[in-house]
Amino acid sequence: MLAYAARRLVILPLSLFLVVMVTFVVLRLTGNPVDIFLDVTSTPEQVAALTEKLHLDEPIPVQFLIFLRDLVQGDFGQSLQFNEPALQTVLQRLGGTLQLAGTGLLLAIVLGVTLGLVCAVWRDRLADLVISSLAVAGQSMPSFWLGILLIQLFALNLGWLPTSGAGGWRHIILPAITLATILLPNIVLITRASVLEMSGEQFVIAARAKGLSRLRVLLTHVLPVSLNPLLSFLGIQIGTLMGGSIITETIFAWPGVGRLMLTSISNRDVPVVEAGVLVIAVGIALTNLAVDLLQMLIDPRIRRH
Amino acid sequence: MSATTLRPRRPLFGKGFKMTLGGGIVLGAVLLAIFAPLVAPYDPYQQSLSMRMKPPAWMAGGSPAHWLGTDAYGRDLLSRLIYGSRLSILVGVASMLFSCLLGSAAGLVAGYKGGRWEQVIMRFADAQMAFPDILLAILMVAALGGSAVNLIFVLGVSRWMIYARVVFNLTRSLRQRPFVEAATLYGASDRYVIWRHLLPQMVPVLTVVSTLQVAQMVLQETALSYLGLGLPAPTATWGNILAEGSSRLFVAPWIANLAGLAIIILVWGINMFGNGLREHVDPKSRLAPR
Repeated sequence: MLAYAARRLVILPLSLFLVVMVTFVVLRLTGNPVDIFLDVTSTPEQVAALTEKLHLDEPIPVQFLIFLRDLVQGDFGQSLQFNEPALQTVLQRLGGTLQLAGTGLLLAIVLGVTLGLVCAVWRDRLADLVISSLAVAGQSMPSFWLGILLIQLFALNLGWLPTSGAGGWRHIILPAITLATILLPNIVLITRASVLEMSGEQFVIAARAKGLSRLRVLLTHVLPVSLNPLLSFLGIQIGTLMGGSIITETIFAWPGVGRLMLTSISNRDVPVVEAGVLVIAVGIALTNLAVDLLQMLIDPRIRRH
Repeated sequence: MSATTLRPRRPLFGKGFKMTLGGGIVLGAVLLAIFAPLVAPYDPYQQSLSMRMKPPAWMAGGSPAHWLGTDAYGRDLLSRLIYGSRLSILVGVASMLFSCLLGSAAGLVAGYKGGRWEQVIMRFADAQMAFPDILLAILMVAALGGSAVNLIFVLGVSRWMIYARVVFNLTRSLRQRPFVEAATLYGASDRYVIWRHLLPQMVPVLTVVSTLQVAQMVLQETALSYLGLGLPAPTATWGNILAEGSSRLFVAPWIANLAGLAIIILVWGINMFGNGLREHVDPKSRLAPR
């Protein structure tokens, strides 16, 4: 297991390099940051100074090498918007995103697994029908519209919760629900399908034959193994969660990395975008690794391969 | 939990029901989009200062002249939604086709050639799978600008790996099958094997995946528009209407809500149709997740 983890960590820099390179090239194609950060009154000398400072007079491959050289020293450059180290700008907002994504993910898992279990136990009954249909409707829901609906209902009409921003625990409720609903429908359907599939396995029949109650078998034998497909799915969907975070943070003006990325991209703040993309990619890669290891812990059958 | 605990019942909503209902909704939307000039009561871009932000006919202050009300520029919302369906459906279908083509070709090469091809293509697909597709799309739209063609390109590129994975796995397992091995032994060329034996086998699965992907593409396009990275402003797309409406929630909530409703109805229809289609192709997969 440790050897596997080590092997995965060795490949990691390669995929990170790919991500960084693609981002760099795409950003350099988008136009000149100098035009955005100096207004029309700027003198040619100012333009020349900034161009030289950002190494924009060099060919793109050389720019990339300079960028890489600074990068391995942990230096992404100064943020053009905030005039502070880019990595610092990103890390300051990472907490907000982790808080939001963590709450949303937890909500989605707890609610999703419970509902999925209900569906599986009462398969093709009314409860299953209602929940499964709602899940398919949920898959069809644009998350930003859900956010807007929640704002209208709980903030504008009822006045219970704030419309946007961050502060106390009341601020996180609506964004967390919005983000959770992106993953929730699939979690319900996966749990349902995998519990149903596992219910027919030999070890389940054996446990029933031993005389264990249905509930006991369901919770202690079926559920743990059923979580494995769910974990694989969540591993893949961490990217989706991060993407959902961009939209959710924008709707609710939540101070996180997602919204920072959006504004930085439109402002051509290349250092911040690069730092953000790398932080997101590292986060996703490490989460994926953790998920894989967790799966090995849960299901001994995977460990043997 | 043996079979005695989880009694299977005949599902209330079968695949026929799903395909009819979903297909009906999709067909309706496509017809509306095609015949938009005949169906829409007004020009979707015609502004009227005296008719700004009129609520729908059933709300207080609404008038039957504008069934679904008007937006902040006095444009008829019903007409804008009808015209908006054109771009949403066009972008959704075209970007699906593009990513299907791109991904299937990549998956075929990786699965058929194997070796180094497989390593490069599938590792790239894995890497992109883990990265937020919307972030990639935002980056690329920011670089290229938001025209319909660019949007189709960007959305296609951001999801090619879904097809690549499906086609790769299918190619690998199909190559082991006797009829493919036989064809190869008889000296059939790669092109012959791919066109006559591999691709026809993949059509059912690819049809299902593609159908469900159209739904994702429509959602993705509206999300980009909402973030201000879709087609430029006056253009009537559902995402644009929703984005404009969401800044006027206090005074005119119906603008955002009706656009949201239009999106969810179409996407739900596509999903329903796709799920029914999947059950038809693979009966075991009932309500399995994507």
